[in-house]
Amino acid sequence: MTLPATSVRTPLVGTGVKRREDRRLLTGKGEFLDDLAFADFLEAAIVRSSVAHARVRSVDVSAAVALPGVAGVFTAADLEELLQDLPPKVTHPDLRPRVRFPIVLDEACYVGEPIAVVVAESRRVAEDAADLVVVDYEPLGVVASTAAALAAGGPVAHLDAEDNVCVRITQRAGEPDAALASAPHVLSETFRISRGGGHSMEGRAVAARYEAATGELTVWDATQAPHYARQQLAVLYGLTEDRIRVIAPTDVGGGFGPKAQFYGEEVLIPYLAMRLERPIKWIEDRWENFVSAAMERTQTHRVEVGFDEEGHLLVLKDVFEHDQGAYCLGLQVPTITMSTLPGPYVIPNIHSELVSCYTNMAPTSSLRGAGRPQAVTVMERMVDRVAEHLGLAPEEVRRRNLIPADAFPYRVGLLFRDGSPLTYDSGNYPGLLDGALARIDLAAFRAEQTEARKAGRFLGVGIAMCVEGTGLGPYEGARVRLTNFGRILVTLAAAPQGQGYQTVYAQLAADALGVDFDLVDVRHGDTANIPFGQGTFGSRVTANAAPAVHDACRQLAADLRKAAAMLLGVDAEEIEIAGDAAVLRSDPEQRATLLELTRHYNVGRHGMAVKPGSPVGLERTAYFTPERAAYSSAINVAVIEVDAETGLVTLLRTILGHDCGTVLNPLLVDGQVYGGFAHGVGNALYEEMHYDEEGTPLTVSYLDYALPGALELVTPELFHQETPSPLNPLGVKGTGESGTIPTPAAIANAVEDALRPFGARITTLPLTPPRVLGALGVTG
Amino acid sequence: MAEEQELHALNLVVNGESQSALVEARVSLADFLRHRLGLTGTHLGCEQGSCGACTVIVDGQAVRSCLMLAVQAEGTDVETVESLAVDGQLSPLQQAFHEHHCLQCGFCTSGFLMSLTARLRHGPVLDEHEAREALSGNLCRCTGYAGMVRALLELSGAAAPAAEHR
Amino acid sequence: MKPRQFEYHRPRRLDEALGLLAEQGEEAKVIAGGQSLIPMLNFRLAAPAHLVDINAVEELGTLTFTPDGVRIGATVRQHALEQAPDAALSYPLLTSALGQVAHLQIRNRGTVCGSLAHADSAAELPATMVALDATMVARSVRGERRIPAREFFEFHLGTALEADELLTAVEVPASPPRSAGTFVELARRAGDFALVGAAAQASFSEGGRVLAAALSCSGVAPTPLLLEEAAAIATGSALEDEVLMEVDQAVRRAVDPPADVHASASYRRVVAGTLARRALGELRATREAHDG
Repeated sequence: MTLPATSVRTPLVGTGVKRREDRRLLTGKGEFLDDLAFADFLEAAIVRSSVAHARVRSVDVSAAVALPGVAGVFTAADLEELLQDLPPKVTHPDLRPRVRFPIVLDEACYVGEPIAVVVAESRRVAEDAADLVVVDYEPLGVVASTAAALAAGGPVAHLDAEDNVCVRITQRAGEPDAALASAPHVLSETFRISRGGGHSMEGRAVAARYEAATGELTVWDATQAPHYARQQLAVLYGLTEDRIRVIAPTDVGGGFGPKAQFYGEEVLIPYLAMRLERPIKWIEDRWENFVSAAMERTQTHRVEVGFDEEGHLLVLKDVFEHDQGAYCLGLQVPTITMSTLPGPYVIPNIHSELVSCYTNMAPTSSLRGAGRPQAVTVMERMVDRVAEHLGLAPEEVRRRNLIPADAFPYRVGLLFRDGSPLTYDSGNYPGLLDGALARIDLAAFRAEQTEARKAGRFLGVGIAMCVEGTGLGPYEGARVRLTNFGRILVTLAAAPQGQGYQTVYAQLAADALGVDFDLVDVRHGDTANIPFGQGTFGSRVTANAAPAVHDACRQLAADLRKAAAMLLGVDAEEIEIAGDAAVLRSDPEQRATLLELTRHYNVGRHGMAVKPGSPVGLERTAYFTPERAAYSSAINVAVIEVDAETGLVTLLRTILGHDCGTVLNPLLVDGQVYGGFAHGVGNALYEEMHYDEEGTPLTVSYLDYALPGALELVTPELFHQETPSPLNPLGVKGTGESGTIPTPAAIANAVEDALRPFGARITTLPLTPPRVLGALGVTG
Repeated sequence: MAEEQELHALNLVVNGESQSALVEARVSLADFLRHRLGLTGTHLGCEQGSCGACTVIVDGQAVRSCLMLAVQAEGTDVETVESLAVDGQLSPLQQAFHEHHCLQCGFCTSGFLMSLTARLRHGPVLDEHEAREALSGNLCRCTGYAGMVRALLELSGAAAPAAEHR
Repeated sequence: MKPRQFEYHRPRRLDEALGLLAEQGEEAKVIAGGQSLIPMLNFRLAAPAHLVDINAVEELGTLTFTPDGVRIGATVRQHALEQAPDAALSYPLLTSALGQVAHLQIRNRGTVCGSLAHADSAAELPATMVALDATMVARSVRGERRIPAREFFEFHLGTALEADELLTAVEVPASPPRSAGTFVELARRAGDFALVGAAAQASFSEGGRVLAAALSCSGVAPTPLLLEEAAAIATGSALEDEVLMEVDQAVRRAVDPPADVHASASYRRVVAGTLARRALGELRATREAHDG
């Protein structure tokens, strides 16, 4: 840890400080968007396409508009100035985007796409009016899968497109064709991973108030990226960014990726607030969330692995289809899948080929794991197949292929999503493997497994290892100010959804400044308070904001010491900060409290001069720009039991080893891993978003879409390893997704292990009971 | 002004205080608590009764306030999350939630607290399985329930499961 | 997801409630627990002009255990029945099924009769009442009708109740001494609607032979399926392993399940047989435990 304290008190960083956020949330005083006192706000309901692909010939709002209590009903015809493209967040030179308007103009491309906005005195009246809107659809051919998207002569998801390909990207390292041809052994398989949703417990929400007198637009948006939203709105509305304030409320009920995208509703609601000069809020309900919030995951992989007699991986070739949905919100997920594929292994020859497709289903984008779980599933399933083929233990094949601990920085041979060479900064993958194996007696388990089989019980163990790129740039920032009350205010652009920023960044600032923890306040997610930011996603905030906070605090600490030195008439080197004051190290009775400092140098005394060179305006801002992503890593060893008569899979035990570099608050880090693990179990066993062949979503409630509850989960046995990142002064890496990423692969491996006597092949996720029985050949 | 909707007189006790109001029949108890009484601690996650974020206690039983019409609460005794802390003192359950990091975004928390408050009035949870059963009627998307299991076992004086952060 | 408008009635007497149903017919829906109806109202899948709330009709709230059976009034909550002192001992199939209905928070409001009148083909209670050969008591202004459970369920979400009829109670006959019952289901998660469920009830002789048995399945047809051939196979046996395998096969022959996004027909068929076998196996184990 590279954080020298400015005083001798015990560092808070590295300790499990409990959260300040808790009290208000435990006592029902949370400040989620729909909890805010917006009683005078009108409410919006959205009329959404009920057809997956259609020409919209007309939209008749006359009955809706006439309903008492309705302030207005708006369609594209009323909002021509908003008919601008909402571009993808991550692009590629070969990307063929489809224009995405905030509202349907004349062609609806997925069930759930916004067609009209009703604004009324209450949500129930708005929904009554929405029922009265009549849409005249002319149904068009529907593309309801990537296979259908690629089928020759099939329908197109968009009328103005030649085909349904969004982008084709191929990356190669070494000589994969030659290596496949000459490899002593080659195994292949096809894997399918199904669509799923984020399902934060709070859905999306947008509220806006326009102040006509000043021309200021305030937008409350339950978003992971308020600055991105503001930037988009400024462009779309033709306003300077300073006239728009986007606030992610103090409390946002979960994000996980879907709230980091930019949606039509975020454009429509504030615009209508300006148009009507009335404040408006839109609170997404769960049905809307099911059909129109961004989803993720659907991929089909056809993979080949070439290896030698010792199980050394010589070549990996993967060709995969990715479902973008009706529009490209960004290429994050499939490009991350590509670069995640080789994982922690030395693989000299790689061919990774993506075809990303448009379909007439809700658009997809990042969701906790963001394309990595799929890649890890493919790689880790094949490693197990290699082991099975050669009669080696799966852990042994891994050991023989892991990148050694002294090989960092390690160049994989592929390009990362930002176009730079994929380079792992630090890690110790053999250490993770050893750590996990030390916590389970595999020999004893194998004996138990054999005995259990005789009694008709099928136990299995599965291992999966992963590497995770975190801490993406371009930057995050922090302002740190001594306030007029002598407190320290840390302002972050990043917006949290439960990660504990108000606690962990106060720890960091307290340590970096040397002040009492209780004197530090943290606020976040408001574009008015700090002008630049990127957002909370991709496990990037710790690695970027923590160094920024640290840097700003170090600078402010120097200013505070200088200020105190000038007040006390001594040299700055003789001053240290302790508690609530800057004190003379040799005689702590001589001190300038933070309150005195702020009165002199921030508040100032009216008309009184201060010495030239005085550090007035005690506030510092710092941005951290990472050179590249920092790589976390993890291992999951899952022990399960399969009921071979019903296909039900029960988790018995999970060991999760995790390396996110320096740990700032172990309580919070553990919480992220536990929470991520639950998502991983959902992906592995439960969550599947079904659409029929007409593109109609079939699973639109929690009765049909299964989120894991407490009885479906175990508490993972966690262990941590810390290989600090050399890419930032704190050595931190991201942690938010590590529990998710290896989990589906570990469970899939465990199920195939359990069912090995039957030769069952596990290739499709989620592993629902019917799929397991299907793999056993018991059912069709 | 919306069309004249028939309003029903509603009298009930909420967190120990009598409340009287005129409400439309179709307004849920959840929306009544949140927007008429300003008790926004109760949240709406699904409006289908599945997620449990809206759970409150009515006449001593944990129920989904999204699946009760406000008018159906006539004459009942309703407890919401705002009633748990007394004079600023967190209840033992709230305190245990804090100690064991049982919340991250906090949106589901009030539902869990009310389900568990009702449950614990009937006695402690004896082991991990019982703890998970007590938790099974509420969904959390952030925490994986790990801290909540520990919190319940500690409150009940039972043995905790797997080791914490190493 | 907010409901459409409706007129709300809260009668205090049964004749008032029946009068409202007679007046409004198809335009009215009865609400008791609301745990099935309110989600439909919220989704706007149901939009009745009138809601008749029967919770204030006191006589509908009675739960009466007699030597002849148990009478469960329309507003008796699922959890109240589950917790009733006499229930677990005398009606183990009922309490076993109840414990698997949704979650406690739903059972605290949801009513037994409400679940029956809703008639979801995946629900536990309809199949349970069919196995127990219960009788539904329906009332209207035209009088009372007693409908056997085995004739009550007509299609998924549809029963024999006329538009103006109210299900006022369900009566479950007492089981002979030395009886056992259980409900076994395959649900992906605790509390989910089951993909397939099996209700098994049997009475035994002193020697441990089955005197009478009833088996029904949920989730394999639009209504609960009574499995008479399978029950006949079990009758007279001591539920030996070979008999259980025969039952399994008979059930598989008897069912013709639907396919949906959650499971194929073939899956439901296989699992129906397995669950029926396991349910009877539980009854045998219970009997053996009792006999010592």
